[in-house]
Amino acid sequence: MIRVVLPQHLRTLAGVEGEVALDAQERPTQQTVLDALEATYPVLRGTIRDHGTAKRRDFIRFFACGRDITLDAADEPLPNEVASGAEVFRVVGAMAGG
Amino acid sequence: MSGVRLLVGTRKGAFVLTSDGTRDEWDVNGPLFAGWEMYHLNGSPVDPDRLYASQSTGWHGQVIQRSDDGGKTWETVGNEFAYDGVPGTHQWYDGTQHPWEFARVWHLEPSPTDADTVYAGVEDAAIFRSTDAGQTWHELSGLREHESGDQWQPGAGGLCLHTILINPHDPNRITVAISAAGVFRSDDGGETWRPANKGLRSRELPDEEREVGHCVHRIAMNPSRPDTLFMQKHWHVMRSDDGGDSWAKVSGNLPSDFGFPIAVHPHEPETVYVVPIKSDSEHVPPDGKLRVYRSQTGGNEWEALTNGLPQEHCYVNVLRDAMSVDALDPGGVYFGTTGGQVYASPDGGDNWTAIVRDLPAVLSVEAQTLP
Repeated sequence: MIRVVLPQHLRTLAGVEGEVALDAQERPTQQTVLDALEATYPVLRGTIRDHGTAKRRDFIRFFACGRDITLDAADEPLPNEVASGAEVFRVVGAMAGG
Repeated sequence: MSGVRLLVGTRKGAFVLTSDGTRDEWDVNGPLFAGWEMYHLNGSPVDPDRLYASQSTGWHGQVIQRSDDGGKTWETVGNEFAYDGVPGTHQWYDGTQHPWEFARVWHLEPSPTDADTVYAGVEDAAIFRSTDAGQTWHELSGLREHESGDQWQPGAGGLCLHTILINPHDPNRITVAISAAGVFRSDDGGETWRPANKGLRSRELPDEEREVGHCVHRIAMNPSRPDTLFMQKHWHVMRSDDGGDSWAKVSGNLPSDFGFPIAVHPHEPETVYVVPIKSDSEHVPPDGKLRVYRSQTGGNEWEALTNGLPQEHCYVNVLRDAMSVDALDPGGVYFGTTGGQVYASPDGGDNWTAIVRDLPAVLSVEAQTLP
C-alpha cells in the first residue's frame, strides 16, 4: 500500500478525509503514484499536473521522508519507506498567496 | 410567485442568494467551494436549475462544477481546456512574443437554446464550447487563429476573454470581447471571426483607431434588441446599433467614463447602467461616493443613482462581471463590490439595499429569474 496525503482543497475535491491509500507498486515513482492517484480520483486530473504534458503545477511540491523530492526526476524510484507504506507521499501546496 | 436567484462568485468561494418576487428578504447560502476563486457562475436560460461554475486557484488550476438542481448539489465536470493544434504566440507586456498558455475560465455562457451547450471564455484569450454539459471542451480556434492574434496583448488582468453574447434570435451570431484585443464577432456559430472595433479610440495605442488592441471591459445587450450593444471600455462608454459593426461614444455627462461593468435594463432597451470609477490608475469611485449611473436615453444623458448607496468614504470597485439584471417587473438590478457588498435594487435603480455586506471580494454576479 502507498499512502498519499493531499492538501485540503484536493481532499475536498476528491471527497476524502485523511490519507489516501493506493495499491502497492513494485517500483513506485512520482509519476506512477500520481498516475494511480488520478486514475482512482479522476477529479484530480489537472490539479497537480497539467493535462497533456503532465508537468507539475508551479505551486505544488512533493515531500517524502522529511525531504523535498519535488525536483527529483519523475521516474526516479521513491524511497523504500514510501514504497512499503511506512512513510507517506505528501502533495503540498507551496507557501504562496493570501 | 416567481423569484430571483443571485449567483455570486468571490475571491474565496461562491454564494447563492435567493428571494421571492418582492426581493425584500434574501436567503444567503455559502460559501460554496470555500477558499477557491470563483470567477463566474451562470445558469442556463433553458433550464434555470442547470448551473455552471468556474472554480480555480493558483495552486490547483481550473475546475468546472455543474449543478442540476439549482445549486443544492454540484458535480465536478471536465477541466481540460486544450488549445487546438499548436497555439502559437501573442504579444507580451514588453512587446516580445509569448506562448499561449491556459490560465483560467473567466466567463461561462450557457446556450440560449440547449442546456447542455455552454461556452467558456478563457485566459489566455480563447473561446471553448461544450455540448455535453461541461464534460468535454473544444476550442473554437478560428478566433485565436485570427490573423491579428500575434498582436493581442494582455491587459493588467491578463489576456482574458471575458464577454460572450449570443444573439437569441440567431444563436450563430456570437460576439466576444477580449482585454486587450477588443471585440470579435462570428456569424457562423464560432467557426470564423472578424474584429468589430470600428469607432473605438484608445489613446493608449500608438494608432488610436487601430483594428485590434482596444481594452474592452464589458459589453451588454437587451435580448429583445440584440443588434444594440453597449460597451464599457478602458475609457469611454460606447454603443453600437449594428451588432458591433460600428461604435459611437455615449459617455455624455458621466463624471468619469472609466469603469468595468455595464448592464441594460431587462425591459427598456434604452436604459443602461454603469458604475464610473475615477481613472485607470485609481480604481475607486469619484469623491468616495458609490454611484450607479443610469441613462434612459441610450447613453449621453446620465443620472446618478445614490439612494441606499454609501456617499462618503467609499473606495470599492465593481468588477466587469459583477453587475446583472433580473427579468421581473419592475426590473431588478444587482451588483457586487470588491469590498464584499452585494447591492440590490428591485425598482430599476431608484433604491438600493445591501443584501450582504462582508463577503470576500466579489468577482461576479448573475441574476436568474425563477419561474
